[in-house]
Amino acid sequence: MPGLGASFGRGGATNFLEDLANSDCIVIEGSNMAECHPVGFQWVMEAKARGAKIVHIDPRFTRTSAVADLHVPLRIGTDIAFLGGLIRYVLDNDLYFRDYVVAYTNAAALVGEEFVDTEELDGLFSGFDAETNHYDEASWQYEPEEPPHSGSDDPAGAAEQDSSEQHPDVKDADRAQAAGSGGPPIPAKPKRDDTLQHPRTVFQILKRHFARYTPEMVAEVCGIEPEVFEQVARWVTENSNRERTTAWVYSVGWTQHSVGAQYIRTASILQTLLGNIGRPGGGIMALRGHASIQGSTDVPTLFNLLPGYLPMPHAMQHQTLDEYVADAAGKAGFWGNKRAYTVSLLKAWFGDAAQPENDFRFDWIPKINGDHSSYRTITDMIQGKVSGYFLVGENPTVGHPNGRMNRFGLANLDWLVVRDLQMIESATFWQESPEVETGELAPETIGTEVFFMPCASHVEKEGTFTQTQRMLQWREKAVEPPGDARSDLWFYYHLGRILRERLKDSTDPRDQALLHMTWDYPLHGETQDPDAEAVLREINGTGPDGAPLSTYIDMKDDGSTSGGCWIYTGVYADGVNQAARRKPAKEQGAVASEWGWAWPLNRRMLYNRASADPDGKPWSERKKYVYWDEAAGEWTGADVPDFEKTKRPDYVPPDGAKAQDALAGNDPFVMQGDGKAWLYAPAGLVDGPLPTHYEPVESVVENAFYKQQASPTVERIEGPWNRENPSRSEIFPFQVTTYRLTEHHTAGGMSRTLPYLSELQPEFFVEVSPELAALRGLTHGDFATLVSARTAIEAKVLVTERIRPIKLRDGQVVHQIGMPYHWSYSGLSTGDSANDLLGIVLDANTHIQEDKVSTADIVPGRRPRGQELLEFVEDYRRRAGVASGRVGVNGRAPVEASSGHTETGS
Amino acid sequence: MPRHLEQPDRARGGSIDGVKTWLDAWPVFRQLTGSDPLGRGKAARSRATEAVVSRTATADRVAKSVCPFCAVGCAQKVYVEDGRITQIEGDPDSPVNRGRLCPKGSASKQLVTSPSRVTKVRYRRPYGTEWEDLELDTAMEMIADRVLEARRKGWQDEDGPPDNRHRVNRTMGIASLGGATLDNEENYLMKKLYSALGAIQIENQARI
Amino acid sequence: MTSISSASPAFTGKDPNNRLFGPLPDVQGDAGYEAGHPERVGFFTDTSVCIGCKACEVACKEWNTLPMDDSHGTRDTMGLSGMSYDNTGQLGANSWRHVAFIEQVRTVDLPMPTFGRPGDDRQGSGPSPAVSGDAGSQAHMQASVLNAEALSEFDPQTGQSGTDKQVRWLMSSDVCKHCTHAGCLDVCPTGALFRTEFGTVVVQGDICNGCGYCVPACPYGVIDRREDDGRVFKCTMCYDRLTDGLMPACATACPTQSIQFGDLDELQARADARLATLQSQGVETARLYGRDEDDGVGGNGAFFLLLDEPEVYGLPPDPIVTTRDLPAMWKAAGKAALMIVGVAASAVLGSRRPR
Repeated sequence: MPGLGASFGRGGATNFLEDLANSDCIVIEGSNMAECHPVGFQWVMEAKARGAKIVHIDPRFTRTSAVADLHVPLRIGTDIAFLGGLIRYVLDNDLYFRDYVVAYTNAAALVGEEFVDTEELDGLFSGFDAETNHYDEASWQYEPEEPPHSGSDDPAGAAEQDSSEQHPDVKDADRAQAAGSGGPPIPAKPKRDDTLQHPRTVFQILKRHFARYTPEMVAEVCGIEPEVFEQVARWVTENSNRERTTAWVYSVGWTQHSVGAQYIRTASILQTLLGNIGRPGGGIMALRGHASIQGSTDVPTLFNLLPGYLPMPHAMQHQTLDEYVADAAGKAGFWGNKRAYTVSLLKAWFGDAAQPENDFRFDWIPKINGDHSSYRTITDMIQGKVSGYFLVGENPTVGHPNGRMNRFGLANLDWLVVRDLQMIESATFWQESPEVETGELAPETIGTEVFFMPCASHVEKEGTFTQTQRMLQWREKAVEPPGDARSDLWFYYHLGRILRERLKDSTDPRDQALLHMTWDYPLHGETQDPDAEAVLREINGTGPDGAPLSTYIDMKDDGSTSGGCWIYTGVYADGVNQAARRKPAKEQGAVASEWGWAWPLNRRMLYNRASADPDGKPWSERKKYVYWDEAAGEWTGADVPDFEKTKRPDYVPPDGAKAQDALAGNDPFVMQGDGKAWLYAPAGLVDGPLPTHYEPVESVVENAFYKQQASPTVERIEGPWNRENPSRSEIFPFQVTTYRLTEHHTAGGMSRTLPYLSELQPEFFVEVSPELAALRGLTHGDFATLVSARTAIEAKVLVTERIRPIKLRDGQVVHQIGMPYHWSYSGLSTGDSANDLLGIVLDANTHIQEDKVSTADIVPGRRPRGQELLEFVEDYRRRAGVASGRVGVNGRAPVEASSGHTETGS
Repeated sequence: MPRHLEQPDRARGGSIDGVKTWLDAWPVFRQLTGSDPLGRGKAARSRATEAVVSRTATADRVAKSVCPFCAVGCAQKVYVEDGRITQIEGDPDSPVNRGRLCPKGSASKQLVTSPSRVTKVRYRRPYGTEWEDLELDTAMEMIADRVLEARRKGWQDEDGPPDNRHRVNRTMGIASLGGATLDNEENYLMKKLYSALGAIQIENQARI
Repeated sequence: MTSISSASPAFTGKDPNNRLFGPLPDVQGDAGYEAGHPERVGFFTDTSVCIGCKACEVACKEWNTLPMDDSHGTRDTMGLSGMSYDNTGQLGANSWRHVAFIEQVRTVDLPMPTFGRPGDDRQGSGPSPAVSGDAGSQAHMQASVLNAEALSEFDPQTGQSGTDKQVRWLMSSDVCKHCTHAGCLDVCPTGALFRTEFGTVVVQGDICNGCGYCVPACPYGVIDRREDDGRVFKCTMCYDRLTDGLMPACATACPTQSIQFGDLDELQARADARLATLQSQGVETARLYGRDEDDGVGGNGAFFLLLDEPEVYGLPPDPIVTTRDLPAMWKAAGKAALMIVGVAASAVLGSRRPR
């Protein structure tokens, strides 16, 4: 979550769910919390019962809206305009928390003279290269302190790295997400003007940048009345001060946009100005969608990350360990210990083989040099570049946008391993997918060898999930898995074991990492299941004496310590599995620190040093949380302080201090190089230091702010199987948004197969307004067909007033169609797959797709079948001026040369 | 209609071992001699009712678990009897969910005991039209063969344009996509093994 | 069965000897349980905090291992009902909890550029949106999801979706009411239905012979026959769980405590307080349903806080226990019948009673 990482230093929810009960106002935006996180929503209802205002900002009136005090039905894809309007309201009316802003943010920092804002370049920041669609961030930097502060042991090396940082291949490799724990590196501390008056202070730049986001402009762009906007502004600002706090809650309603990271940045700026970060009842609650999504980024199976948000080494930058850690060496903040974290990881992986003299075998880590994310890989599969694919509990032909493209990818593999509980569509694509119906795929032509490996369920194995607020909880094994079903731990351990046996005599250098990695875990039972606790101990790390480390502060860069994921160090503190703690909530305080374990170091609320004023005193008695105890000489309070326990509030770093020692006693954002929350991000985001409203790629509306219609850096994947609906096209005149329902789970493998859930939402449907139904002749309860440049799908129609058209000031009416995406052809509850309708365009920061907003046409009746479907969609493409979408056998090559678009992936 | 006018035979059940027992079991008797003259409560209790016991009380053990659906992290209690899961419900001790679960969490038992779960390895050969059976051990060996071959095919020592090549030490032949129900320990072993193999196209639902 | 409406001349409701009608302070005692029996328990379903998640439906089915739903007790051919997000339809043999979804909308007639600000009204900090009740604007509304009567009482507290229309989405989890005077129990000829020591009404599957008399006797249409089984089924308030000191499955799961389980008198006090709070906040349409011990069923063991008329939720506005007038009707016949049984019984008893 680079939006949060670049703002505060860590890519996780700042507060915890139960803390929402302490809020005086809760704004839920980009999330349908009551439907998608119903049990977490109890804390919102608790706050409401205590008198908090609940605002739901969402294009649809949902089950969350139904119990909110106010529902704001803004037009899909206009959140930056709305939030930008709030920022302007706060700045113009002097409603920001001045003491907080001056002390804890970079508002006073001066930005260099080269920086030019979107206001002057009609929607572009300085540094844009139209050829590559990339920004050079050089002109976004702070004006450095005089004399230039050199924070690096190796100034030349660092300078070289800073320049290579701007190379497109490096940017594509998603450096931004590496800010998930530790703000992006900055070359030097900035010059400051604590009066905030200098025209190049971040504060003044912010004012100018958002000057045009007036209530009237918000109303025009978002399609709401100015008074609705002002109501929200009043509630939020009245509930954000020393005595009161407002929380913001978001989920994939924000991340799944071409400017998703900037949505989160906008909220971060607003919440920082209001002084709501690091304080009880405040914060930004990022609601992650699935059991261990947070864990899957902390201990990542992501191409661009190593455990603990260490970046994957990049071929152009990181050939040696020294090069790899150069950006952090000597820097302020806890990121300054990157070398110790990295060496400990290499020791955990390669054990005795990793020694100082061989650079701890840093060369054994493979290097990336571009975007190797999931969608790019699918493209490579279609082009025959990938041999084998493992799908481990994921059903991309249903759950990912553009199912057709995904299926073409799978059809061009040599082999595919699917590990799941049920026979999901991604395992049966060769047999009964929509393309088998159209004749584009046929079993006889598909060479993909498929292994379906049944897997153990969550009660048939032990291990930890990391839930949305960074808390790890250990699960006990209740029963043995049935038949051939095995845990994924079993599968990967034994696969590794077999591979090592096969290669045991190899002297080939490329095999040495595999042969020398530590791979000896105790095995249990008849099935020889590896001991998950042993793995968790390895992740936690050990000290020179072999005992588990209790904190990452103790990690050394000399090879005497090991640890597989430094941010998880402490989960085995004192040799105890802290994630397994289950002290009943009633027997402990409101923070419940003895239930499970949260990273970092069991801190439940991040940046909680900011809950006290610069002198260490609580901002107010009502919002007291963590504060300085002068008598004891330490920070204390309800939570574990997210600060060095004995660092005095008046501590001033001496010259030449490094890492955490270079941060002052009033620098609460300890992972940032300057200890501050970033209102302006001089680094860390590839699409701008400040959020700017752009229309979605597929929008029916012209950008009212700038000439620049959509984000200039949006990442596209081109091919006949991924055509884009032109923006403002009469052929695709309606906006579509996708979402989940309480009764189902993502791609449906864990819900459409279950009778009790299937019967509650038995069929694929779309929700339309009575006005759109009248316009297109749609009948409640009958079928309709939705068409995009990708394909056409059919769904039952639910006509409801909960979906409403938006009337813009110029008279344009924007119709929005709601489309839950759980269905496909397998299971008990079936239907066409919503994701087949969507194309893939990506936020360049995250490579996350924009599937919360697209365009389509809708007509009454069922869709054509077989060849007729292909003709039907091709006709739409032709009329919309889109290149042909026809493909050859298994999607490999287009039948006919198309015009306008290039055919190869870029 | 007053119930005492009719007395069906089946109320006696099949276990008559003495007049007294039979009489005690006869609701009309209890009704007329007891405190429930209308026969709507105590006197009407059947054998099955008297024997009622909650299956939470008879469980052999209760495993502490966590719901596998969304990211709220609701704690669950998993009741096990005779090696079978008999109930999954919220753990009231949890500070997060306080014992509560949503419909998906409440369907957890159905999730793990579903009769449509696939419990045997299935295999589809290239250009095949049907699934076939395969032994688990055989499948593991076959997958290992294919991993080594794919790794070899996609191996790169270096990459980049001819004038700017860099050492990469990796394979582009293997890709992986995990779901977000993977445990941290599983993700960790996956990333470790893939990295040691040189595979980099390793992704997760977290991207989505 | 004879059905008697509330307009029946036979109705007095004041007969102190009629144990089938009116308030009953100790239902368990009336059913033969000695003093010291457990407190009467019940459900208070507060629909003002229901988020329509249906956890109650699923938790109930998981615990009670109910078949998939359909109102006739056979496996459904699943399909979208079209009734908002409700695909269960109603309580039945296989659905002992049912969440109703009611979409309401009203047109707000406002002079531009002002507009209605929901939530403001009760604080007096903004112009109150006027209700356009004329026939012309009503005609724009969707008959399928609207209830004209509800609209006239529309309460803006739960939000709106814009300037010209206010949307309200009511959700309510229905369940067996466990009546103080339960028609099903009173008519059951086999003793299959009985009053538990907790004051709840439960079907005993080992007794029920599927005669079905109870089905029309329920004033709420709750109890239902399972077609492939023949017997009747309904909510037991998880009688088995109660014996283990646990709450019913639905109340255990409910994420927002819309479903609260506990001692009935305590729930009643809680409900009264909640109602007072809502009314003080200006939610004038809030009301309790099934709380009144003087109603046609002597009050319910499972009662509700509603935000609109009961009919809007599919609940009868004035339920009367179907056996209310039985005492009068059966006065003569019953006497005779009792005498016969009494004779038979004393013959048997005489032969075994030692003293």
